[in-house]
Amino acid sequence: MSETAEVKEVKKSEELLSKRRRGIVADPLDDNNPITVQVLGICSALAVTAKMEPSLVMSIAVMFVVVFSNLIISLMRNLVPQRIRIIVQLGVIATLVIVVDQVLKAYLYDVSKVVGVYVGLIITNCIVMGRLEAFAMGNKPWDSVLDGLGSSLGYAWVILAVAFFRELLGSGAVFGVQVLPDAFPKVGLMTSPVGAFIIIGMIIWVQRWRNGYVEE
Amino acid sequence: MQQSNGYVIGFAVAMTVIIGGLLATVKVVLKERQDTEIALDTKKQILQAVGVTGDDKQALAAIYKERIQSVVVNAQGEQVSDFGAKSPEDVSVQANWKVMKKQVAALKGGDKKASIDYTSVNDVNLPIFKFMKEGSKTEVEAYILPVYGYGLWNDIWGYVAMNPDMKTIKGAVFGHAGETPGLGARMSDADVQDRYQGKSIVENGKISPVLMMKGEGNTGISDNEVDGMSGATLTRDGLNEMMVNYLNLYEPYMQKIRGNAVSLR
Repeated sequence: MSETAEVKEVKKSEELLSKRRRGIVADPLDDNNPITVQVLGICSALAVTAKMEPSLVMSIAVMFVVVFSNLIISLMRNLVPQRIRIIVQLGVIATLVIVVDQVLKAYLYDVSKVVGVYVGLIITNCIVMGRLEAFAMGNKPWDSVLDGLGSSLGYAWVILAVAFFRELLGSGAVFGVQVLPDAFPKVGLMTSPVGAFIIIGMIIWVQRWRNGYVEE
Repeated sequence: MQQSNGYVIGFAVAMTVIIGGLLATVKVVLKERQDTEIALDTKKQILQAVGVTGDDKQALAAIYKERIQSVVVNAQGEQVSDFGAKSPEDVSVQANWKVMKKQVAALKGGDKKASIDYTSVNDVNLPIFKFMKEGSKTEVEAYILPVYGYGLWNDIWGYVAMNPDMKTIKGAVFGHAGETPGLGARMSDADVQDRYQGKSIVENGKISPVLMMKGEGNTGISDNEVDGMSGATLTRDGLNEMMVNYLNLYEPYMQKIRGNAVSLR
């Protein structure tokens, strides 16, 4: 929640996907990535990334929750009493998370057994609360939707990349489909959370080296 | 106006009503579908205990219908017909575990390791799923026994498949609600579950529920023990307690099967 994005109020005629708005979506993908730069939402990134499938489901769940909670809070931003705004934000997030959890239990039961605990923990995911407090409370609905989309995509590509390497090296498969021959040695470390730490660390390293980002 | 106490309280009440209504609606709409999925998953786990696996739930349901016969017994080993549910599959093992837990705790009187007479446990319904030999309606290939308990953080459960001799384990599957990933949660990994295969629950003619040892990589493991999970001592304790309680509860029924097997010879 360290970052507070301030976007200037712009005139009504602004294009739906103006340069500024494209920036809102693109920024969290790289320069301001929630995981690799802000180092938020790490717990779920460690926990669900042993395989691609739960990671994809988790990404979609986070995307749904961030986009819609951003939209709802942005729509209500002038009505929400300042004194209970955090509770209101949590209420909205928790509601959306429970809806996602219930839908998964009904339509993707096996996946819900794997990611169920972590879907519940989206409520405490700093990325979600951070976007509501830092962006949706002060910006218009469409901008907030784009901000939610950008942040969740930034989260999604990192955990999918981690899951890809972990599943490939740990189980020799991608999305459960065996791609490496059985003779290829499996790296058992990759199936444990330690493997996720190593891969995330490497992604952060490469990205910061490429962008020249330095912690202040 | 927006900052007045009345506004804040009014806003909070309105939000609670809207959120409550929305969640109640979602739950009601999805309940039937969720119940179907849970029933299919239960069948999948039961079959998994005897090594029948697959992703196609409908195919598994067909195998289940074809090869599983289920009964409910009590702690005295007698078959019961009034078990408070539509079918043995619908018996709530969790609810029965709570009934049993209180009685066992009272019998043990504070000494966790006390040896007690499990046949004095009342009102506990124990479902048994008989896995029949392919094409046979009378010959049992394995008896699958549901087990339930408490791990480190939350409930744990499983299905233990016994060979028809009722002395050795054919296979076991375990599940948990919230054990630590990488530590206690490993109880549901195939490599941990496979350690139970072929293990004996009888020692010198007496029941001796197979127990998980402390630490991993143990040597000199006996027929009544399995290797442990390092870093998960309390989950292991829960797992062992679950095995002790349930295999003792099923013992009178298992004795009858063993007795029949002897007389048939």
